[in-house]
Amino acid sequence: MPVNADFEGRSYPSTKPYGVSAAKIREFAEAVGSSDPVHVDRDVARARGYADVIAPPTFAVLIAQQCDRQLILDPEAGIDYSRVVHGEQKFVHHRPLTAGDSIVGTLHVDGVREAGGHAMVTTRTELATESGEPVCTATSTIVIRGGE
Amino acid sequence: MTHSGRAPAAVAVGDTHPARVIGPITQTDIVRFAGAGGDFNPLHHDPEFAARAGFPRPIAMGQFQAGLLAGWVSDWLGVEHLRSLEVRFVAPLMIGDAVTVGGEVVSVEQREAGQLATVELRATKDDGSLVVTGRADVVVSAS
Repeated sequence: MPVNADFEGRSYPSTKPYGVSAAKIREFAEAVGSSDPVHVDRDVARARGYADVIAPPTFAVLIAQQCDRQLILDPEAGIDYSRVVHGEQKFVHHRPLTAGDSIVGTLHVDGVREAGGHAMVTTRTELATESGEPVCTATSTIVIRGGE
Repeated sequence: MTHSGRAPAAVAVGDTHPARVIGPITQTDIVRFAGAGGDFNPLHHDPEFAARAGFPRPIAMGQFQAGLLAGWVSDWLGVEHLRSLEVRFVAPLMIGDAVTVGGEVVSVEQREAGQLATVELRATKDDGSLVVTGRADVVVSAS
């Protein structure tokens, strides 16, 4: 199998804090066509009960993909990145990511299985504030294509 | 914490919202997302690299399509009310493809988190073929 099956159940240490900024939220919202002013106008966000602008739903992937890299770049895992195809992605939001948040991510390898000569790896990243408030759970399934 | 600004929408099974047409996708669209999202895989901007991987042109990253789906549903029903979103990457989106993003409410149920609507989402090319599918659970008001 093109991945080390022993990695199922493994977790990685929490990442260094990622500072969520209004500028990055604006860039991301513009890149995906999210037109709600709550992503770019602090007054609108405040009127809706938030301290600052809030992120579009898939913004969490910026942080989650940094966490996933720990596994993909782990030589013991044996993953050839050029053979990786993204299969599925899921976000469970406990609250919106907000400009000013300082977020740490903890990566868990929930599943490693083989299907038709390919490997499927499911990872889960728990995103929380530095003080431990859960913000988002991001789950990703990648397919690592087997050799010809 | 209670947020009073944008009330949950009142929706029923079968409700929809005007679809959003994006594109034809340009290299600029893809590069803008690369910068915003931090994905600099050359498959998304280097034509020679894309050709070696078997694609006639660079392809968008799956997270770009996921973001388009998410933006459509959150602009409609309110990002603060979105509880979960899952997407399945079906086929690549290439430079020159236009994509239509839409969906509809398939269920409304009382659950622990409140009144939750499930919205099925899809992005299709002009020939009707699927690029990405998904579903979102969103808090709505009891109707």
